[in-house]
Amino acid sequence: MIPVCHLADLPAGESVRLDTTPPIAVFNADGELYAIDDTCTHQDASLADGWLEGCLVECPLHAASFDLRTGAPTCLPARRPVRTHPVTVEDGMVYVHRTAEEDTAA
Amino acid sequence: MKSVTVIGASLAGLYAARALRAQGYDGRLTIVGAEPHRPYDRPPLSKEFLTAPATADGDADPAAEGPLALTDAEELAGLDAEWILGTRATALDTRHRAVRLDTGRTLTTDGIVLATGAAPRRLPGPAPDGSHTLRTLDDARALRADLARGGPARVVVIGGGFIGAEVAASCAALGHRVAVVEAAPLPLVPQLGESMAELCARLHGDHGVALLTGTGVRGLRAGGDGRVTAVELADGRLLSADVVVTGIGVRPATDWLEGSGLPLGDGVRCDAGCVTPIPAIVAAGDVAHVAGARAEHWTSATEQAATAVHNLLAGRTARTHRALPYFWSDQYGVRIQFAGRRRPGDVPRIVEGSPDDRSFLARYERDGRTTALLALNRPRPFMRLRRELAHPSPAPTG
Ligand SMILES: Cc1cc2nc3c(=O)[nH]c(=O)nc-3n(C[C@H](O)[C@H](O)[C@H](O)COP(=O)(O)OP(=O)(O)OC[C@H]3O[C@@H](n4cnc5c(N)ncnc54)[C@H](O)[C@@H]3O)c2cc1C
Ligand code: FES
Repeated sequence: MIPVCHLADLPAGESVRLDTTPPIAVFNADGELYAIDDTCTHQDASLADGWLEGCLVECPLHAASFDLRTGAPTCLPARRPVRTHPVTVEDGMVYVHRTAEEDTAA
Repeated sequence: MKSVTVIGASLAGLYAARALRAQGYDGRLTIVGAEPHRPYDRPPLSKEFLTAPATADGDADPAAEGPLALTDAEELAGLDAEWILGTRATALDTRHRAVRLDTGRTLTTDGIVLATGAAPRRLPGPAPDGSHTLRTLDDARALRADLARGGPARVVVIGGGFIGAEVAASCAALGHRVAVVEAAPLPLVPQLGESMAELCARLHGDHGVALLTGTGVRGLRAGGDGRVTAVELADGRLLSADVVVTGIGVRPATDWLEGSGLPLGDGVRCDAGCVTPIPAIVAAGDVAHVAGARAEHWTSATEQAATAVHNLLAGRTARTHRALPYFWSDQYGVRIQFAGRRRPGDVPRIVEGSPDDRSFLARYERDGRTTALLALNRPRPFMRLRRELAHPSPAPTG
């Protein structure tokens, strides 16, 4: 369980990047919290820097878009999903529960 | 339309094929490509591909799988195209929409997409061993092999544009001694304007790479073994070199279209919908000169392909290509992003960050309006402003 930040510090439409290996991006999409692997599966860009619209985040480099709920790319150039991670809030703190590498079915 | 031929099996060609199928075209699709490889991505060739450690399966064709591949077996099955690779188109008969191939075969189809890209300009004179240009996977492999021949090499990069700068940065990261020779007083001025070009040029010095400006190159010197030994500058100076990479720009690959009657001149001349004077022939990517301008960017190649194919299927220019130009470059660990249409005289203003940190966002302005954006290591605000610039709205929402 990785502490992220206070919920109050992650307002709707915002994101934070965790310096884990690999890095994880946590989003507040209109009140719903999501965590995914931060690095775009196309090349090398941080999705925490992306454009958040509803449940989709658009990569800031070549505009691939990922569904935060599933990690699946919804348009090219990305073709592989990013891993998703469960997020919980306890006492106003946001936590990410990292999905183990072997749990991901690509 | 029952049959379409795409000439050029790279980024624009693949995106054209995808767009055809995505837009409901279910006829015959033929894709001709001069290279033996399936479509692969070029931008990594001057970046990660050069610096990545060799992998165990280093012999496997990274264009077929691996990080460079633009497509996979599943998509290929869905595209249902005939791929004629390792084969060059040599002539186009516009009246019959017939493409002649270097194998002697002729393909006659209802529609044609021209996507033959561009080829590097070369220095006049012979090219000794150890001298390279960088456009294709095979070019990149040859350069990679040369850079791995032994200890630190003396690398001279001729041309300080984006590709030259990326190669210089990659070679420096590999531990080589690098010098960049640029004929202009400062590289990248046409793209970025003087003050911003100056900030980007500083990256070389930051990383111990020498930048020699204001001098052209007279030629390359070679030793008895036929390998390059030095670069002779126009001012008479000699720069010792074990490896030379020439990055002095590209020429659109239109040679094979000479005599076809299509209007050529810095690319295939098309209207704003990527359509040539013959509605059944469209062009996209680096080879296309669209409504008075030619782009040499990844994003333009993908976007133009969709527009071109839309109009090909419509049989006329039903949609025009109005996307905001955009490109990126990675050098010395700095991500440079640029969007918009900068004209000489537009005034850049840094609105966030600082050049000293090599992290800032600048707006170019003309008459109080933003014309273009430049960011170094500022992807997030860049993307926000880029969206605003692409879709200007009187009252921003959200
Ligand atoms: C090393 C490198 C780094 C780059 N980095 C960036 C970057 O960071 N950002 C960015 O925005 N852009 C970058 N680009 C530019 C980008 O890759 C190009 O804009 C893009 O590849 C253009 O795609 P295209 O399909 O139009 O042309 P190309 O990719 O050039 O493909 C054309 C294809 O047509 C084939 N062909 C040519 N003539 C014939 C013929 N007569 N018959 C059959 N086939 C033919 C060629 O062999 C080639 O495979 C880079 C390019 C290079 C080379
Ligand atoms: S790195 Fe994300 S789309 Fe290319």
